[in-house]
Amino acid sequence: MGATVTTAATKEKIWEGGEDVQPLGASYGKMMMWFFILSDSLTFAGFLAAYGFTRFKFMDSWPIADEVFNHFPFMHGVDAPMYYVALMTFILIFSSVTMVLAVDAGHQMKKKKVATYMLLTIVGGLIFVGSQAWEWKNFITGTYGAVETRGGEILQFVDKDGKRLALADFADTTLAREDANLSRSKGAWYMSGGTETSVSLSQVKAGLEKNPDVFIRTQYTVEGNKHQKVTLNREETLNRANDFTYVVEGANLVRNEYGHKTFADLFFFITGFHGFHVSVGILLNIIIFFNVLLGTYERRGSYEMVEKVGLYWHFVDLVWVFVFTFFYLV
Amino acid sequence: MGAHVSNTKRIWQVFIYLSVLTIVEVVLGIFKPDALFHHDLFSLSYLNWIFIILTIVKAYYIMWAFMHLEGEKASFRWSIVAPMVFLIAYLACLILIEGDYIHDVFKTSSMKWMF
Repeated sequence: MGATVTTAATKEKIWEGGEDVQPLGASYGKMMMWFFILSDSLTFAGFLAAYGFTRFKFMDSWPIADEVFNHFPFMHGVDAPMYYVALMTFILIFSSVTMVLAVDAGHQMKKKKVATYMLLTIVGGLIFVGSQAWEWKNFITGTYGAVETRGGEILQFVDKDGKRLALADFADTTLAREDANLSRSKGAWYMSGGTETSVSLSQVKAGLEKNPDVFIRTQYTVEGNKHQKVTLNREETLNRANDFTYVVEGANLVRNEYGHKTFADLFFFITGFHGFHVSVGILLNIIIFFNVLLGTYERRGSYEMVEKVGLYWHFVDLVWVFVFTFFYLV
Repeated sequence: MGAHVSNTKRIWQVFIYLSVLTIVEVVLGIFKPDALFHHDLFSLSYLNWIFIILTIVKAYYIMWAFMHLEGEKASFRWSIVAPMVFLIAYLACLILIEGDYIHDVFKTSSMKWMF
């Protein structure tokens, strides 16, 4: 009998070879789901190890996460570090709880209860993915803007109290822009310029010279105080202006206003890969939800399929626990 | 398989554990107390040790209670957890030591131009 044949009632849990063959006391499907999870967790471990490697390599110039992820919906300009990701974490943990309640109800063959909990799990997952999209939107748009130097360092701007300044706060926009961005409407269809910025490099430079209260903040962390980055004095600030090469606003895969280039790459890659897993999980949950409604598992006499997809869903939560720690906390 | 007992009590209990652990992490992450943040143990700050340990505790609860490893046969449980723990710890150790070494080369070595 093939292991995938599930037409006859309760045959789902039986391996090829007969009723009493169950290596390690687990059904075929459940064991394979577990070993898939094992291999996938090693993939995520590889990504997070790459993050750790890069971070250790650039230990003294890595961005401070609290300053990057400090947005909260409907609270504009309020510095709210961590609250939003904490909320996302709770949403995912809670959707894990509803999932395990669905599995529990499945053991007792309560179809309606399973369906309700599955639906709640799907809703939780959708809210999580939506939250992640909002987080990405903020990350990509950026808040303050920065300048990249010839050496590839990101320089940010602060006032005399060390408060962050946006480029628009001091750039001299009365000056005509020296750059013209090439768009498709102006050239051949295959030509396009880089990312368009709201102010030009010479406008930033002129504004910097004009305003005596603007200072450059470097990528480097103050020795002995991990809360702070090194700020240059006025003289050093004006000297550094000779190195300016790009205006950087927000983040893309090439450069980002937060600091080291790999920071954004790793952010997009790791949270993106996790978000992809969540999306697949939602899809699987929806399929299972409809199967529950149609009574497929009722007829099969076992809700083990809910349990197997549940394992995957908990795994997604498990990975998030680690991403949360290493991206936002540590 | 016999009649299954409902586990809902255990589920909500674990949910409360996970919530409390997350709240502790978030509060420490927001305030970052200097005594923990600026003092190291084995070149990792006390705060980071706390975060990592709490994360592993959370992972334990998710895997044992939610993914129901506590109900599986011990042989099955360890065929999954042992390779996972060993390989991840191994990878993390090697890679982080290497990252730290490269950082030192860039910062202090006179040979960085040919590195």
